[in-house]
Amino acid sequence: MELVCPAGTPASLRAALDAGADVVYVGFRDETNARNFPGLNFSPEELEESLEKAHDMGRQVYVAINTYPQAGNLEPWYRAVDTAARIGVDAVILADIGLLDYAKRQHPELRRHLSVQASASNPEAINFYHSAFDVQRVVLPRVLTVHEIAELIKEIDVETEVFAFGGMCVMAEGRCSLSSYATGKSPNMNGVCSPASHVEYEQRRGKLVSRLGEFTINSFPNEEAAGYPTLCKGRFVGHTGEPSYLFEEPTSLNVMMLLPELIQAGVKALKIEGRQRGKAYVYQVVSGYRKAIDAAMKGEPVPLMDMGNITEGTRSTAGAYEKNWR
Amino acid sequence: MSSQVMNSQATSSKAKLTLGPVLYNWPAEQRRDFYFQIAEEAPVDVVYIGEVTCSKRAPFLTPFIPEICERLERAGKEVVISTLSLVMSKRERKELHEIVQDSPWTLEANDLSAIGLLEGREHIVGPFVNVYNEDTLDYFYRNGAQRIVLPCELSGKAIERLLLSNNSKEIEIQAFGRVPLALSARCYHARSHGLSKDGCLYVCEQDPDGMNVETLDGEPFLAVNGTQTMSYTVNNLLDEVNYLNKLGVTHFRLWPQQVDMVRVAETYRARLDGKVTNEEGQDVLSNLVDFAPFANGFYHDVEGNKLVE
Repeated sequence: MELVCPAGTPASLRAALDAGADVVYVGFRDETNARNFPGLNFSPEELEESLEKAHDMGRQVYVAINTYPQAGNLEPWYRAVDTAARIGVDAVILADIGLLDYAKRQHPELRRHLSVQASASNPEAINFYHSAFDVQRVVLPRVLTVHEIAELIKEIDVETEVFAFGGMCVMAEGRCSLSSYATGKSPNMNGVCSPASHVEYEQRRGKLVSRLGEFTINSFPNEEAAGYPTLCKGRFVGHTGEPSYLFEEPTSLNVMMLLPELIQAGVKALKIEGRQRGKAYVYQVVSGYRKAIDAAMKGEPVPLMDMGNITEGTRSTAGAYEKNWR
Repeated sequence: MSSQVMNSQATSSKAKLTLGPVLYNWPAEQRRDFYFQIAEEAPVDVVYIGEVTCSKRAPFLTPFIPEICERLERAGKEVVISTLSLVMSKRERKELHEIVQDSPWTLEANDLSAIGLLEGREHIVGPFVNVYNEDTLDYFYRNGAQRIVLPCELSGKAIERLLLSNNSKEIEIQAFGRVPLALSARCYHARSHGLSKDGCLYVCEQDPDGMNVETLDGEPFLAVNGTQTMSYTVNNLLDEVNYLNKLGVTHFRLWPQQVDMVRVAETYRARLDGKVTNEEGQDVLSNLVDFAPFANGFYHDVEGNKLVE
């Protein structure tokens, strides 16, 4: 079982390697990746140095180029793939059909993984990406149960990588325009969801109100910690007339207790979300998962680890991996 | 140069109106009667039909489909069967294989599973498949697509760039109706009623235009349609269709809502034919749509919920 860990900076990458990551995944500092945040990500030079360090330690680096190239402006995405190939990264993580086609034609030897942003949720779709673009691994969308993943693996010829920990989309990834509906900026087009540039906090009579664009996403009594207003994790009013977390509570994904089942299912790699997180966070999560995987692989009980202090809203869920989530 | 001019004239005279599949859980008999009325009265050229949102709803409509399609075809409409947008379970996959194998009608692929199964065969790429740039557009045409429906969040600028390289092939945009913004494995209709997806009691049937979702300030924001999240606002590109048609958009999609869709289609047809002004058409549409305001923000490259006049 491979542990694939996030890094938004060279310092986080070192922290991930020190904590026992088998692979670190990163993005370039532009709109070509789905964590296009100010002050984050790698220049080609930084990537080159980081790759050397990882390879010296016998580890790998993947590069996510997983937004959808903009009509009439394909050059930045072509360049990102070309640069990743030139530097010699261990794999690129792509979502767009046109870009997969480009990468296969221009750099047939460059290993291609299918990003979660492509939302390939069944063997037919995965086998299409495999036969059309020689994709070697698929990062599964967070819509499948462990049982469905086990069944799916029997019918595909590529490796699978699943999300283990971190922020959790409740929508099928790459198939969501909620953010651009509220802010004009979306994960697919701009590499951002509910972007900080459109977030405001307002004091209103003993409450802190969080807003995204022109919409109120949540409201917190002053003594309560205010969460980030990710659109689908807000409180809204549906048919009951009562406010509720209509889509999802502000929880984080954590599948640690399901590790034995995921190993049994034949999953090849576990992915930690969070390229936007600091190096201390990365170190803590990666260390925890390193120990858990090592134990689970030996058939030992998975050590219970308190991740509570770093999970979003200090709560965690196994999300879609368990059927009752639906 | 002259062939380009001729091409653009040829496409502009061919602007076609399409009726997208009903995305909501309308009772099967109501859907049948709706399509019978469309067949007889609506000036649409293409009708898409099929369950796109939730496979649990499909068994109710399926028995009616041959009869509906026959009626539509007799009325001279092109019939397309739309496939499911999020395919996960064994049953959903089996149904997809069956439809690909057996359908005498053209299929609209709304997931890469269907795209894969339809490779080399004429089909339509639906609006739930990500097409953001000319390379992807070109790939899908080469794969067998006769027409491609663009995703809702693409701006007019992006559409223009795509049209430069589509070699006058068919292209469709979403012109009218609430736009589908997101898909999920989870059913928010069931969740909002305290139910699970498996035991949903089909509560989505209570909201034939979607369940309005408001913010804590009581401001309308979104609409929930089972596993799908829709815009609260009603997308309306009446003012933009003639320009887009001149550029080369061949098909304009109207999403069915619980309004007089015949009148909606007549209004769009009249606007495309230059028989009414934008203002006259907008007046008609405003009187028909009373459940939510119009928007065209995605087209104008701003927030999707905005109306740019």
